[in-house]
Amino acid sequence: MQREAAIREPLILGHKTYKDITDDVVGPIMGPAPLGWKIMITISSIIALYGVGCILYLLGTGIGVWGLNKTVDWAWDITNFVWWVGIGHAGTLISAVLLLFRQKWRMAINRSAEAMTIFAVIMAAVFPGIHMGRIWVSYWVLPLPNQFGSLWVNFNSPLLWDVFAISTYFSVSLVFWYIGLIPDFATIRDRMTKPLSKKIYGILSFGWSGRAKHWTRFEEVSLVLAGIATPLVFSVHSIVSMDFATSVIPGWHTTIFPPYFVSGAVFSGFAMVQTLLLIMRKGMKLENYIHVKHVEYMNIVIIVTGSIVGVAYLTELFISWYSGVEYESYAFINRFSGPYSWAYWMMMTCNVISPQLFWIKKIRRSLVATFALSIVVNIGMWFERYVIIVTSLHRDYLPSSWGEFHATSIDIGIFIGTLGIFLTLFLAFARFFPVLALNELKTILKSSGESYKKEQAQ
Amino acid sequence: MSKIFHVMYDDDAKVLAAASTLVGQGIRVKDVFSPFPIHGIDPIIGVKRTRLAICSFMYAMTGTSLALLGMWYFMINDWPMNIGGKPSFSLIENITAFIPVTFEFSVLCGAHGMALTYLLRNGTLPGMPATNPDPRTTDDKFVVEISTDNNSMSADEIESAIRATDLLELSIKDA
Repeated sequence: MQREAAIREPLILGHKTYKDITDDVVGPIMGPAPLGWKIMITISSIIALYGVGCILYLLGTGIGVWGLNKTVDWAWDITNFVWWVGIGHAGTLISAVLLLFRQKWRMAINRSAEAMTIFAVIMAAVFPGIHMGRIWVSYWVLPLPNQFGSLWVNFNSPLLWDVFAISTYFSVSLVFWYIGLIPDFATIRDRMTKPLSKKIYGILSFGWSGRAKHWTRFEEVSLVLAGIATPLVFSVHSIVSMDFATSVIPGWHTTIFPPYFVSGAVFSGFAMVQTLLLIMRKGMKLENYIHVKHVEYMNIVIIVTGSIVGVAYLTELFISWYSGVEYESYAFINRFSGPYSWAYWMMMTCNVISPQLFWIKKIRRSLVATFALSIVVNIGMWFERYVIIVTSLHRDYLPSSWGEFHATSIDIGIFIGTLGIFLTLFLAFARFFPVLALNELKTILKSSGESYKKEQAQ
Repeated sequence: MSKIFHVMYDDDAKVLAAASTLVGQGIRVKDVFSPFPIHGIDPIIGVKRTRLAICSFMYAMTGTSLALLGMWYFMINDWPMNIGGKPSFSLIENITAFIPVTFEFSVLCGAHGMALTYLLRNGTLPGMPATNPDPRTTDDKFVVEISTDNNSMSADEIESAIRATDLLELSIKDA
């Protein structure tokens, strides 16, 4: 049997048996919905419906209802897109990269982080879709034979690479998540007493029976999917960054964009995982599975990626000066001292200064501080994208066309609406799906469970 | 008449011990049902290493070829576009711009091809009936399945060998 150093903190607290793990996760699914959940899903559905209303109004009227103008022709739409895609990155990082590195602590958080990834990518996909204006011709992004020539889509364009990257990322994440869910759905199926629920979970579990050969294949598939999802995570946000980096706009035309965007994505993704899981562990009584050590590990990832982001901000500033290109240095001087300097300093404070507080062990292990800082980081990362997009566009080469961007109520409504849709989907997941990877947690119980570790130490 | 034995254990260590003992006595174990993968059971009961990773590689290579062939046709052969003076009449000179889509498409084919193969080979598909002998095997119990069909020993001999292991329950069915 696998053993673990006695000084390593246990990952599962208290004395748990295999049955306890099943009961702790399946129990809330079988019981009635708690009042808190009902209140939360009602509020989030109302917000979601408002967002859907704003989207429908936009589709019916045109993207003129956004605050865009001929100078700032990308603003909240693409900011929200990049923000949501970035949030999605934590899930795949936790489930794929940490699997390759054999990090056992990921097992308590991977299922919900992957769910978050999938919902975040769906929200991200809304924005490029609706910003086309005529969403009913969105299939034009695919290389389909047509009556224009055939005139094909441009494979030299990073915007088209994005189509392939986001759709591959979404569908592969979904498959990765579902393959892991199948055995856990089988656990629920075999414990459900209500006939309709039993039937539904029976269909969802694909008739999984837990045969030895199937488990061997399951582990191989998980490992290979992790292996190919790892470069996929890095490629997706690199390609998103190339939407900007391959253009000739000062402030966008930067070679450090791919690594800078990827670490920013992981940074914001982990912050969102913290925000959601700190509430979920409390609401679903999972404190023994997701405890302070898990939070601390995630905070360490936040310090590392937050510091990379900080270094990237400073590198950008230095290079814009060192390049000697007037346009390039103006873009950056204008960022921190121009009309949008408030957004720039907001971004700097939230993303560079605040995560450094996690160097202090007390803060890193404090749940309240983590929750507060995770929200700060999410706000900061939204502003990072806003700063990159809007400040680089609003003062272009011709001073006569300089302008500013002012968000309209529809800009705000759609963004808030996507938060509502996201939360509604996540709450539905927390109610009906196994929120912890049961089959994986059971494999580490004896090596990382608190009581088992104590027994071994004696 | 052939018989099927379903031996239930309540711990993965006990399953491993029992399976080695039974196999050591020349009894062939047909299958093991468990709530999570038991590491080390495969060589004991004779489960061969899966070749799904090789499948995935072949699917991914198919994806690579299809992506390159497609982009060669769209961008070079059928309608070369002059985009900022980039070379548009030669695949090899234009290939750097095609790397991202080639990579994404390879991953797409590799991942989905493997996942589909996995589900089809397992026979785990939407609506398939569950075949685990006891619902507790997806919770905290483990069942070892032994059939008299692929064993030379008699049912009584097998049963006495099974009873000697640290088992929880035994059910014997006529096949």
